[in-house]
Amino acid sequence: MIRETHVNALTLLALVAIPAWALYADEPFTITLMTRAAIFAIAAIGLNIALGIGGLVSLGHAVFFGIGGYAMGILAHHAQTYTALAEWPFLIEGTKSMPVIWLVAVCLSALAALIIGALSLRTTGVYFIMITLAFGQMFFFFAISWAEYGGEDGLSIYVRNGFPGLNTLAPIQFYGLCLALLVIVLLFAWKLSRSPFGLALNAARQAPMRVETVGLDPMRLKLIAFVISGVITGLAGALFADLNRFVSPTMFSWQLSGEIIIFIILGGVGRLFGPVIGALAFVALEHWLGGLSDYWHIYLGLLLLVVVLFGRGGLIGMLSGREAVHD
Amino acid sequence: MSLILLIEQVLNGLQFGIMLFLMAAGLTLIFGVMGLINLAHGSLYMIGAFCAAAVAAATGSFVLGLIAALAGAAIAGALVELVVIRRLYDKDHLDQVLATFALILIFSEGTRWIFGSFPLFLDVPDFLSGPVTLPGGIEYPLYRLTLIVVGLLVALGLYLLISKTRLGVQIRAGENDREMIAALGIDIAKLYTIVFALGAALAGLSGALVGAIQSVQVGMGEPVLILAFVVIVIGGIGSIKGALIGAILVGLTDTLGGIFLPELLKLFFDPSTATSIGSSLASMAIYILMAAVLVLRPAGLFGARA
Repeated sequence: MIRETHVNALTLLALVAIPAWALYADEPFTITLMTRAAIFAIAAIGLNIALGIGGLVSLGHAVFFGIGGYAMGILAHHAQTYTALAEWPFLIEGTKSMPVIWLVAVCLSALAALIIGALSLRTTGVYFIMITLAFGQMFFFFAISWAEYGGEDGLSIYVRNGFPGLNTLAPIQFYGLCLALLVIVLLFAWKLSRSPFGLALNAARQAPMRVETVGLDPMRLKLIAFVISGVITGLAGALFADLNRFVSPTMFSWQLSGEIIIFIILGGVGRLFGPVIGALAFVALEHWLGGLSDYWHIYLGLLLLVVVLFGRGGLIGMLSGREAVHD
Repeated sequence: MSLILLIEQVLNGLQFGIMLFLMAAGLTLIFGVMGLINLAHGSLYMIGAFCAAAVAAATGSFVLGLIAALAGAAIAGALVELVVIRRLYDKDHLDQVLATFALILIFSEGTRWIFGSFPLFLDVPDFLSGPVTLPGGIEYPLYRLTLIVVGLLVALGLYLLISKTRLGVQIRAGENDREMIAALGIDIAKLYTIVFALGAALAGLSGALVGAIQSVQVGMGEPVLILAFVVIVIGGIGSIKGALIGAILVGLTDTLGGIFLPELLKLFFDPSTATSIGSSLASMAIYILMAAVLVLRPAGLFGARA
């Protein structure tokens, strides 16, 4: 058994050491894989705030991932075609600047999460799972029929967007950017889980009645958690679109929502590094099993079944044993 | 916009809704009795369609294909219940979602492995092909009309099964209090396997019936699965009556929305804008319907418990 803090430290080390090795050995594809894992990890950390601490099983988090992706796609599309996004009531132009795109992605995700959360939180349990799924499908079909931005085919962006002072086309520099964001998001999630808000949210999951009795509104806590969660996943969506230089309606698909949950379960629900380890393991499996067999989803499915049926606490649970804060 | 077109579209919507009901009935039964969310229900639909297509191609008989679909899906359902699903009853919804999501991956890729990625085709049998003239001079495909009739008969059969037979009494009792009926000496594990296989058979039947008007391919189950979830959530999870009404509502909304929303919007916008806004709204219409129902009635139209 290894202590959970040691597992976490080893994970951080791997996040730095593997790309460093890949740079030295001139294996840019490994860096791209690591970038993919880091971005998935950010998305899953976002969902873990709602799911792990708040107990909100959202099967529609691809909505925010997709909104982030389309924020990037639409802004960059207008910038590369030199057309204005809107001329009325005031002129809005496209942009190729990452910070601006992130800001837009974050604001739009927050707005969407506020609306979806306010409506969905009227329901609980299975109904909550289903209504979030329905919102996901709503966005998915909307994106498919949105012919102006590529419809079913999606949008391609020719050159990766820029970040001041960096050459984002160099894989290692873009990875560094994603890693920095991952660390910031991790620190934020860690602080959040220990803050009065995080503790209250945790309590609202376990005993909503008691939380209400001490004068806190569980609904409000959950709504705020849902918005924060959506914002982080939205940011990851913008990064993911930039990694692929492509957005398509599949970013809204319910399979993607399922995968984000898989990252969390694979790593360990409610644990700080659970989403990170889950995303790393998923990308590694995808790459390794994908190379072994065209039908690698079968093995992924079997592995997932084993983790759900027998492995409480995910990979971290298997490594470090101790029950997480999660019940 | 003539009356004939309207009636045709209503029939199309009804046919779509009735087929959704076959899927939704199994889902809602499984949820009602065992408290299980089964995402792999769409895989059973796919298995039914593939069994029907394979057997119909080998024997040339559509009816044998249908029997194979029922049997194949029921056997697959019973096996999955015995091996995996029964370990999930006392787990939380999150684990159920994930484990059945894993089953989808296994079933889809397994089917792709056996049958390849190319779609199979299942032909409408000769005695059901061609149009039929309805009163009022409306020509309508006989096969689609048959689907409506078959679906309604299954709904009636299901109603009789649940309300009049001994098994039905056990199923209803299982929904209310599983400890109590176990204490009364009913083998609850066997009951669960039967209910699951029954739901699977209904899904397989609907896959085979719809397979004859669409192509039979891997991944055909998931869109229907999600629609079936929308149906049972609108109807209230666990209620078969709710599933029937929800299914017809969803079928009609989807079909009529696709035709009439663009027309309706043409009154307000120019034709091209109306068509594009109308078609995107129409593709979202059922999800908007579902969200609206849940906001107004968080447990669905006929749901007793959330």
